Amino acid sequence: MASSKKYWKSVEELKDSSVVETLRKNEFVENIPTDDFLGDKETLENSSTTRRDFLRYVGFTTAAASLAACEGPVIKSIPYVVRPDDVIPGVADWYATSMADGYDFANVLVKTREGRPIQIMPNKEANGTTSARVQASILSLYDEKLRVKEPQDKESLLSWSDAYSKIGAKLNELKDAGKPVVLLTGTLASPSTDKIVKEFIAAYPNTKHIVYDAFSESAAVDAFQTMYGKRALPKYKLENAKTIVSFGADFLGDFHGGLEKEYVGGRKPETGKMSYHIQIESNMSLTGANADKRIIAKPSDVVYALINLYNAITKEGVVSRPTPIDGKIKEIAKELKKSGSKAVVMTGINDKNAQLISLAINKALNSEIIDVKNTLHIRQGDDAAVAQFVSDMKAGKIAGLISYNVDPIYSLANASDFSKGLKKLRLNVALSIENNDTTNTADYILPTPHFLESWGDTHFSKGKYGLMQPTIQPLFNTRQFQDILLKWTGNSTSYYDYLKAYWATDILGDFSWNTALHNGFFTKVPVAVAKEVAVEEGTTESISIAEVARILKNNTTPSAMELNLYTKTGLGDGKQANNPWLQEFPDPITRACWDNYLTVSIADSKEIGFDNPVKDNGAINGNYANVTVNGIMVSNIPVIVQPGQAKGSVGLALGYGRTFGLKEEMQVGVNAYPLYQNANNIQYNIKVEKASGTHEFACTQVQKTIAGRHDILKVASLKDYLYVNPKDEHHGWNKPAMVSYDHKEVEASKINIWDEHNRDIGHHFNLSIDLTSCTGCGSCVVACHAENNVPVVGKHEVRVGRDMHWLRIDRYYSSEVETREEAKKLGLSRAEMYRELETEAENPQVTFQPIMCQHCNHAPCETVCPVAATSHGRQGQNQMAYNRCVGTRYCANNCPYRVRRFNWFKYNNNNEFDFNMNNEYGKMVLNPDVVVRSRGVMEKCSMCIQMTQATILKAKKENRMVAVNEFATACASACTTGSLVFGDVNNKKDTVTTLAKDKRAFHVLDYLQTKPNVVYQVKVRNTNEA
Amino acid sequence: MKSVTLRRRPTSSLLKSTLLLLFLAFSLSSYSQDVDVARQKRGKTLFKTLCSACHKLDKKLVGPPLGKIEDSKENTWLLAWIKNNAEFRASGDADAIAIFEEYNEATMSNFPQLTDDNINDILYYTTVGEIKKAPVAAVTGTVGAVEKGAPPQWLIYLLAAAIIVAFLMIASLLRQVNELKGNRNPSVSSNFKRDVQEFWIGVKNNTFLKVLATIFCLLIGAYLVFGSLFQIGVDQGYQPIQPIAFSHKIHAGDNKINCQYCHTAAKHSRHSGIPPVNICMNCHKNISEVAEETVVKLDDGVVLGKAELDLEIGKVYKAAGWDPDESKYTGKEQPIKWVKIHNLPDFVYYNHSQHVTVAGVACQKCHGPVETMEEMYQYAPLTMGWCINCHKKTDVKLKTNGYYEKIHKQLAAKYGVEKVTIAQLGGIECGKCHY
Repeated sequence: MASSKKYWKSVEELKDSSVVETLRKNEFVENIPTDDFLGDKETLENSSTTRRDFLRYVGFTTAAASLAACEGPVIKSIPYVVRPDDVIPGVADWYATSMADGYDFANVLVKTREGRPIQIMPNKEANGTTSARVQASILSLYDEKLRVKEPQDKESLLSWSDAYSKIGAKLNELKDAGKPVVLLTGTLASPSTDKIVKEFIAAYPNTKHIVYDAFSESAAVDAFQTMYGKRALPKYKLENAKTIVSFGADFLGDFHGGLEKEYVGGRKPETGKMSYHIQIESNMSLTGANADKRIIAKPSDVVYALINLYNAITKEGVVSRPTPIDGKIKEIAKELKKSGSKAVVMTGINDKNAQLISLAINKALNSEIIDVKNTLHIRQGDDAAVAQFVSDMKAGKIAGLISYNVDPIYSLANASDFSKGLKKLRLNVALSIENNDTTNTADYILPTPHFLESWGDTHFSKGKYGLMQPTIQPLFNTRQFQDILLKWTGNSTSYYDYLKAYWATDILGDFSWNTALHNGFFTKVPVAVAKEVAVEEGTTESISIAEVARILKNNTTPSAMELNLYTKTGLGDGKQANNPWLQEFPDPITRACWDNYLTVSIADSKEIGFDNPVKDNGAINGNYANVTVNGIMVSNIPVIVQPGQAKGSVGLALGYGRTFGLKEEMQVGVNAYPLYQNANNIQYNIKVEKASGTHEFACTQVQKTIAGRHDILKVASLKDYLYVNPKDEHHGWNKPAMVSYDHKEVEASKINIWDEHNRDIGHHFNLSIDLTSCTGCGSCVVACHAENNVPVVGKHEVRVGRDMHWLRIDRYYSSEVETREEAKKLGLSRAEMYRELETEAENPQVTFQPIMCQHCNHAPCETVCPVAATSHGRQGQNQMAYNRCVGTRYCANNCPYRVRRFNWFKYNNNNEFDFNMNNEYGKMVLNPDVVVRSRGVMEKCSMCIQMTQATILKAKKENRMVAVNEFATACASACTTGSLVFGDVNNKKDTVTTLAKDKRAFHVLDYLQTKPNVVYQVKVRNTNEA
Repeated sequence: MKSVTLRRRPTSSLLKSTLLLLFLAFSLSSYSQDVDVARQKRGKTLFKTLCSACHKLDKKLVGPPLGKIEDSKENTWLLAWIKNNAEFRASGDADAIAIFEEYNEATMSNFPQLTDDNINDILYYTTVGEIKKAPVAAVTGTVGAVEKGAPPQWLIYLLAAAIIVAFLMIASLLRQVNELKGNRNPSVSSNFKRDVQEFWIGVKNNTFLKVLATIFCLLIGAYLVFGSLFQIGVDQGYQPIQPIAFSHKIHAGDNKINCQYCHTAAKHSRHSGIPPVNICMNCHKNISEVAEETVVKLDDGVVLGKAELDLEIGKVYKAAGWDPDESKYTGKEQPIKWVKIHNLPDFVYYNHSQHVTVAGVACQKCHGPVETMEEMYQYAPLTMGWCINCHKKTDVKLKTNGYYEKIHKQLAAKYGVEKVTIAQLGGIECGKCHY
């Protein structure tokens, strides 16, 4: 039952090491670093400064400071010469646009202040969602360090007209000579750009367009083409699914651009129905962490299990191998058949044959969940074409290369072949937003704008279009890729005019351009429900699954150690590696930031001798490993022991280890792309060796322990949720905390040690967090950074426990066998039971819990502040007056939720913290409505008081009451799945009012009677075992 | 950080109270005898209302300069032209068409309402022009001392303390001199004197009184130190030199231009908005010079006359990129770098629209009598105490603003309250302004 579950945050904690025990007692693990600024004793003694000198300095500086204080600084105020009609200084403008950087695609709204974009939010009208990367992409706009600012050749800067004519002449020369030229881009998914590329190729017939995605889903696209005759991806309508079986497809991560909204749409316990999600994987992925049942298997076993499932469903006997999980696969087959057309199978193995089998299973199931009609177009990379191109180039068969926003030298496994080929080129032009290894080799570098400075369009999926419009004047001397191609094609129209004309004729029909631009999206035809699994266009090849399985079996070589490469929720494929918000974003699973690492199973780590000792300051250390794949070795990869990792497999994230042009602080991690051979995320026959040295992780995992308060979380099974009274004495899954009052047991929430205030009049804000819907994706974390000017502190500071995240997402592990009753049911002996309960689980369940200031009505922090810097507002917010705070940190010590953050240093205008707040461009992203805190003050979540105040003011100005659900916070607005809901509980119609009284609602640590204004909803899993 | 010398308003009342009398000059005018003043005045009024938008006497504007136009054109021609311009051109007058083309084919309005006499009055004015004033005599008048604000209290205490200390010092010096002179045992002339002396000796020997006096002095000292420290960062009276000698008195006072005509953002935004130059140009496109008699007297005694003020308008033209001779924009814009006067610290959130639109507070409540200020200065102290005092006294618009509908009902039902102050509704919570 809920209270007897054991939750743990790290392997070390389970072991109950004494270090962890000490850490539990310290809110601040590091003392004030007096030694750092006073120096050690020896240096002090050797110093030539005498006491008299010292007093002289003190006297002089005090006098100088007081003199300087007599005159205030002169502040200039410079108004517009001609104010644009739609700009009112101090009032934000919102623009609807689309993000498309080749990896992330999204319908977004952009908030601009005085012409500067400062925040990205999902365009909910367009059903848009924003991941942490989309949220953070606004900071990449202001990346003056990495962005290309002027057109240039190898020697000097060029003017645009020079660049055009010089490169144009070369292109014509190559055309006349009939030498092949390659246009290498990422996935564009832009119909107008596709047309421009076609016209460019028509003008230069020697040109070929090759699409190269650094992290490829080419296999899925190829398989779909083979089966349905179209280079695209199917859509998965998970909101209607009954059973979801995923073979290593991280669809809450980056698989098909992320499907979290659809997934959570089908998991609403209050409807009485939830999809049953089984994840079979080797790495602990975000998707696996959310699964109802997670089965761990080595990558090769995952492949064979997929074939076995095909056999089990179709009763065919295609060639395969037995796996340790065959028993479970049989049960899964039964489950799938039971759900019939409401079942779906997915696989994330980047192998065309595996993808074909997955499609064949869905066909055999007659699945309605997979939508092959309304195809997805945001992954178009073609691995075979890229491989052919690299070998051709190496052989000297290619004469010219025009690359656009790709960095093959960093992200190709055979980058050395590519580099060799580059030397044989006669023309190498790089069109790029940023400087990287590839632009560094180019003859000409032409700067292109960020998507927030560009016009454009995006074709997300069939019939669903997005428009892109500039939200700021270009910061640098950039031209759009499309404009450049048009110029070379000899077309004198600007891309804007071209786009408008193209949309008018090919997309909009009678619909108004201005309205489409205002909306930021356009839906061409009502998306029909695909009843039949067939596609009208294109031809399909006849496929023999037996043959496919045979090839797949041959390609799969089970080995002692296998590698599963993946992309992290934060950095993705590494395009935004110079983005401090993303670097400091803790990985949802490992809670480590500023690093990638080899995830190793507990069993393997014991065998090879890896461990993660916890230091006395709460930081964890790790060993290094060298990993060799086909003779290519990547050395000194830090190792994290990962519960839930399959034995015999290791995981490693791509996207790290970039160095060229990056700020020194961002040059972290190791580049795993050399191991990403043949663009396959699974590598067999790898060798993992322990290397010498100790790695220091910046991990937010261990420091914040929960001090044995294991009822911080509440989890129920769907069955219990539906049929068991939550407050039932024995089986209740949401039992309130009881305390003794007047010698009687009473609910803790019913008694008060203070007099209650009347909270009925005016607003009273509550935030509801549904643990069932929260997938741990972390877009709220980045949204909070952007809205509240939360500083980035860097790897070292995070390591010593001084991270500044106002909102963190705690990840708790719990063991599969959680209670005595379960153990009894499973027939475990007493000794076995204790081992199961107490030892580290090989395959733990994972629960995410976003934690921010709980805005307690009886806040322990408020009563201990000696200067009354933190106080309670009438509207339920716990307010923090930074200018009043003197930095005693009593409040943080007294906070049971550990959500208060102390400014140990001045994080702005400080070269020691050279992140976005230390340069003129990076500061443009700051929200002018929220103050930038200075050193020595405490800060924390304010429940976006600047936003609630703005909403109230808007209502007052419009002479009306605040509308239903009008209040918002940044985290709730950014939440993709609707897990976070904010509102006014004094307004009966606000959604949060109902949620706060829901039978799933509970307060964290309610027995402390802090009476928080943040209310959580019990996590419901669709598990049959309790 | 850059810092320049600030010109502060002379607030010191000590200085001011020494300036007891101010002499003001006022002038009388006399005119040369051969001008029909009444007719010139009638013509001028008509010219200002009907013609001045497009014409000046001495310069091109939209149309040609009209000074002494009668010298070059026939009266009948002029009458026809002015009354119905389009018709006159249609009649085929070559001269008229030529002028029309020269001035970019700008159509002139018709003035059917003007009689011949009216037109002749206007023409008389264009011929005679402005009448020069001649100062005749200066009559002196006395104006009482202008008391601007009481001296700060601590100053009074300081002076009093200084006087007492000085008095005591003199007394003790005198005594010592006496003693040194050898009058160790002065012959006591009266009982009273002796009593005083004995009392003084008694006081001197009383430790308790000494301690009391020390404590008293320390308290006074601490009070003075804290009083002066609390004034740090309070810039009441801050009056920096602005790049353009803009007079709020002329604009908001004399010409009664509404504050929000220029400060357009005040009703929508947290900022009141320093007006962009294009708002200046709405009027100044036609007003390139000030009237002859305009004088701006700055608070530091500098007096700006027409010559100086016209140069200031020239600065606006430079900023807007306006060529007054050619009457067109050159595109060479140059934003004006005003010096911000009302500066709140970063950690304070203040919103103009909350006060202007919602509360309906007059600008003058915080910014002072702007319409009388030749040169803008910070009127209010802008301290937190000052904000809170107002929030404690001011009632919210419970009944008139729709936002309060529900709150008003609840308050009335629960407490029978019809009036609440901002503070009572949570308007002085820290988090309302500090985030």
